Amino acid sequence: MKSIKNHFSLVIALVSILFSIQVFTIVDRSIVAYKDKLASNYSVVVVAQFKIENEKMKSLNSLIADVIELSPDSVIKRLNTKMDKKNIELLKVTLPKFYKLKLTHFPSPNEIDNLTKGLLQNASITKVENFAHNHDTTYKFLLLFKDVISVFSITVFIVTILLILKELRIWQFMHNERMSIMGLFGAPIWLRSAVLFRLSIVDAIIASILTFILFSYLSSSQWILEQFNNIGIEVVVFDNIIDFSILFGVAISLSILLASLIVIGHKEEV
Amino acid sequence: MDKVIIADNLSLSYSNDEAIINKVNFSVNSGSFVFITGASGSGKSTLLKSLYGALKPAQGSLIVGGVELSSVSRSKLNFLRRHIGIVFQDYKLVKEWTIEKNIMLPLIINGYEKNVTKNQVDSLLKHVRLKHQSGKYPQELSGGEQQRVAMARALSHNPILILADEPTGNLDDYSSGLIWSLLEGANTQLNTTVIVVTHHIPQTMNIDYKHFHIEYGSIHEVN
Ligand SMILES: Nc1ncnc2c1ncn2[C@@H]1O[C@H](COP(=O)(O)OP(=O)(O)OP(=O)(O)O)[C@@H](O)[C@H]1O
Ligand SMILES: [Mg+2]
Repeated sequence: MKSIKNHFSLVIALVSILFSIQVFTIVDRSIVAYKDKLASNYSVVVVAQFKIENEKMKSLNSLIADVIELSPDSVIKRLNTKMDKKNIELLKVTLPKFYKLKLTHFPSPNEIDNLTKGLLQNASITKVENFAHNHDTTYKFLLLFKDVISVFSITVFIVTILLILKELRIWQFMHNERMSIMGLFGAPIWLRSAVLFRLSIVDAIIASILTFILFSYLSSSQWILEQFNNIGIEVVVFDNIIDFSILFGVAISLSILLASLIVIGHKEEV
Repeated sequence: MDKVIIADNLSLSYSNDEAIINKVNFSVNSGSFVFITGASGSGKSTLLKSLYGALKPAQGSLIVGGVELSSVSRSKLNFLRRHIGIVFQDYKLVKEWTIEKNIMLPLIINGYEKNVTKNQVDSLLKHVRLKHQSGKYPQELSGGEQQRVAMARALSHNPILILADEPTGNLDDYSSGLIWSLLEGANTQLNTTVIVVTHHIPQTMNIDYKHFHIEYGSIHEVN
């Protein structure tokens, strides 16, 4: 019981830090996934007087990932069907060319502005249209959400660190006594601090495992998956290998840092 | 005869205050048994502190086990301390460790093997009549029992020098007798040098001993 209590405060502190890191990661992933989705749906249509080669078009702006020439047939079909074949062929030649541009990523308003202006500088291009206003609001909402989560994570981080620093003085006192006694019997510094490092590594392991269990549960939660489904994205909530390694690394580094602070602050009693 | 301790013109003080021990000269032969007496606050514990290197000489020289303590390196001091067994006036047991582990401490520090450690601790627990308490924590023991644990710890690694600060201060006659016979045993059988601070020199000592008395910052031998 006694030893569980000793572990409790550091484990809880570490878990809350790991939790906020992972939540931040998930939100960031959602935004990336959503951006990709937007980029693939986002379309810019260019109207040009003469044919423009794909490569030429791409060279106009680095944002352009692909160019699809829209067939004039659909346009003509809508105009009239009572024309004879020859006239249609003629019309096809004289009609302006339509291109749909695929973008490399979801553009910021600034980027789309530059793109439009740049394209219009080409003498052949007469019109540039983009269709994305309804997506834009969701995206803006996600960005806002990310800001909120950032503030939340940073706050949790700072508050936890402050709590840990306060606890540190208690731990320092607790460990100082044992380390002093060991010193009085001639234990070298590495032996005196061994218990401390072992304890903090154990705490880091416990905290990582608790966080692992928590997020494994969350990533299989139907409710969470539904939320992502609703905005049409798929997000890895917790990667068992990569995310666990990162969280474990953070936990170990933090607790070793704390243990080192205690060892550095260790003063021998006289 | 070899000298375990040589104090030459030794003064001791805490942070520039007046000297608690003032320019004393004395020496202790290897294998001898020494009692130190003196009024409360006369500086007995202070003198012991200097002997295990927790208080540096303010002046003069102090050599313990061949090591000059006024200019000792940390690693050399650690080495020296591994061969000293100390019974502190306030016991200084590790709260979060069991009695058994507390007694083991010097053995662990000296790198003894597990089975040697186990046997040694078992036999010491028997000697101080605490076998049945071995799994308990210090705060679950009475003052006198803690004092006996501290004694067992000081003896566990067969040190060449034992420094004991009022080791029977909290004990009844029976337990005090146990402690004195343990110290006598270490002295006669293992030739351990023993230095004991006490208010009462036991009447039943079967061996030759020296007696130093501390008064007004100086030390003199009582015959
Ligand atoms: N850590 C310390 N800092 C400053 N002064 C101290 C310290 N420890 C002891 N003293 C002072 O040194 C003097 C001698 O103390 P010491 O503990 O050596 O006495 P003692 O002879 O062991 O007494 P007692 O028989 O009561 O244990 C006392 O006046 C005490 O106030
Ligand atoms: Mg004292």
